[in-house]
Amino acid sequence: MFKLIIKRVLKDKLAIAGLTFIFIVFFIAIFANNIAPYDPYKINVYKVLEPPSKEHILGTDELGRDVLSRIIYGARVSLKVGFIAMGIAILTGTVLGLIAGYYGGFIDTIIMRFVDVMLAFPTLFLILAVVAVLEPSIYIIMIVIGLTGWMDIARLVRAEVLSLKEREFVLAARAIGASSGRIIFKHILPNAIYPVIVAATFSVGGAILIESGLSFLGLGIQPPEPSWGGILSIGKDYITVAWWMSLFPGIAIFLTVLSFNLLGEALRDALDPKQWAED
Amino acid sequence: MIPILFGITLICFFVINLAPGSPTSFTEELSPKASPEAMEALKKLYGLDKPIHERYLNWLRMVVTLDLGKSFVDGRAVKEKIKERLPITVTLNLISLLLILIVSIPIGVYSALKPGSIFDRVLTVFVFTGFSIPTFWIALLAMIVFGVNLGWLPISGIQSIGAETMPLHERLLDWIKHLILPVTIMSFAGLAGMSRYTRSSMLEVLRQDFIRTTRAKGLPEKVVIIRHALRNALLPVVTLLGLAIPGLIGGSVIFESIFSIPGMGQLFYASAMARDYPTIMGILIIGALLTLIGNLLADIAYFIVDPRIRVKRDV
Repeated sequence: MFKLIIKRVLKDKLAIAGLTFIFIVFFIAIFANNIAPYDPYKINVYKVLEPPSKEHILGTDELGRDVLSRIIYGARVSLKVGFIAMGIAILTGTVLGLIAGYYGGFIDTIIMRFVDVMLAFPTLFLILAVVAVLEPSIYIIMIVIGLTGWMDIARLVRAEVLSLKEREFVLAARAIGASSGRIIFKHILPNAIYPVIVAATFSVGGAILIESGLSFLGLGIQPPEPSWGGILSIGKDYITVAWWMSLFPGIAIFLTVLSFNLLGEALRDALDPKQWAED
Repeated sequence: MIPILFGITLICFFVINLAPGSPTSFTEELSPKASPEAMEALKKLYGLDKPIHERYLNWLRMVVTLDLGKSFVDGRAVKEKIKERLPITVTLNLISLLLILIVSIPIGVYSALKPGSIFDRVLTVFVFTGFSIPTFWIALLAMIVFGVNLGWLPISGIQSIGAETMPLHERLLDWIKHLILPVTIMSFAGLAGMSRYTRSSMLEVLRQDFIRTTRAKGLPEKVVIIRHALRNALLPVVTLLGLAIPGLIGGSVIFESIFSIPGMGQLFYASAMARDYPTIMGILIIGALLTLIGNLLADIAYFIVDPRIRVKRDV
């Protein structure tokens, strides 16, 4: 099954493009110290707000720092936040969805009401409230984005579990006396995992978008740490004189998020049984 | 509905009590100049000498009577502050919701009728862009292009200085000019989602037997599409509208602060920066309430447009 899925994903040209770009961003993030032409924190008062040139390919910011170097280092923040927030959301959503779907009854009601309550809040409001109350830091941001993004996954997993637990192989496992834990982890989870993988791919992109929005509002990654949203935030103040600060970090965010979305879409198609028939 | 409302208040209360130390000491530390009255109001608001469950119940009692407390920043009633901001935000959101519907449904239907056509492919590209692009970034670019370079549209506020003295039609024109950028960009992400959803919903319906039957009967294509297919395809879209509301309201924080629109989102942003807890809590609750009202309206609309639900009820 797994090999087949990879084969199907690799048939999709857009997915390959997305995957390649994700690898590039990873590479840039890991080797940022070697790739970046300048120190991203280095202030140079003689080179303030310089337009793109041979020396500074993407120009310099309001403190004379090299924008390209700051974008390169910013990739670290985006990937860290994207993946860890996704991990938290997937873990929370899967666990709660499994419990709700498997045990049903009162526990199910409580968990699903909780999902309804969380969904009633405009996500950005809830995130901003928490970040405002606690000091904004990269860890708080990861956790908060994760803890406000698990509801759809819980619903998804619950629905999968509800249909799986009535299937014959699960009933058979129960008939031979398998424990609940064994049924959940050996029989239900492996069969419910594929839609979760698709949701996980999309949620990395979503988390990166939210983080950049928070940093743009000044309640995300705090300066001088470079982040894509943070550069845009300063760019807004120099919108009339330094367009390069507003243009390039946005392209980085857009392409990264787009890559995760393209990959997610390809995975979804690859896992859609309706399309299996066409092969 | 009631348990959800109860849950909403619990979460609001929990979030604010995440603050390290007591809320008053935190404020004292941050703004040593906080007036004694504000500190008094604060202590009274939280009743900090009491255990946490009692504090929650006291606060809940206030919220139920729609008393949201007083702002730390200017000592005004939070209810009043929200009341003067809410109409702008709701109006903007309603206009963009309307725009989303008017534009995305025809687009979705058209591309469902011609799957694989150039139009359909362009839509797919547009959808992916809409989902992946940071909306605040488009707002910035649009400000640079239309506001700074071309100078066609104003980039901040909802009216020009001295608009009060203009005659009515000029004022209206001025207002519309200020709203074009924010509303268009607010609708952007929603447009992508909604047209994609309409498309897949329409494709689903077009595949069904009753559509083949209507065609076989020899009904004109227009009737088949509009009267039979579209009406059924729009059912799930109604639900999606309800679900889109929290996103739109949440997004108002970003748009209102970019375009300096004096709405609830901007107030929330300012309160978050100033750690004005009562206002933060008040807006959180109002935001969640708006979502619930939106969902309720979507349910009612669904009830009206889908006769099957009514039939089920009678049985």
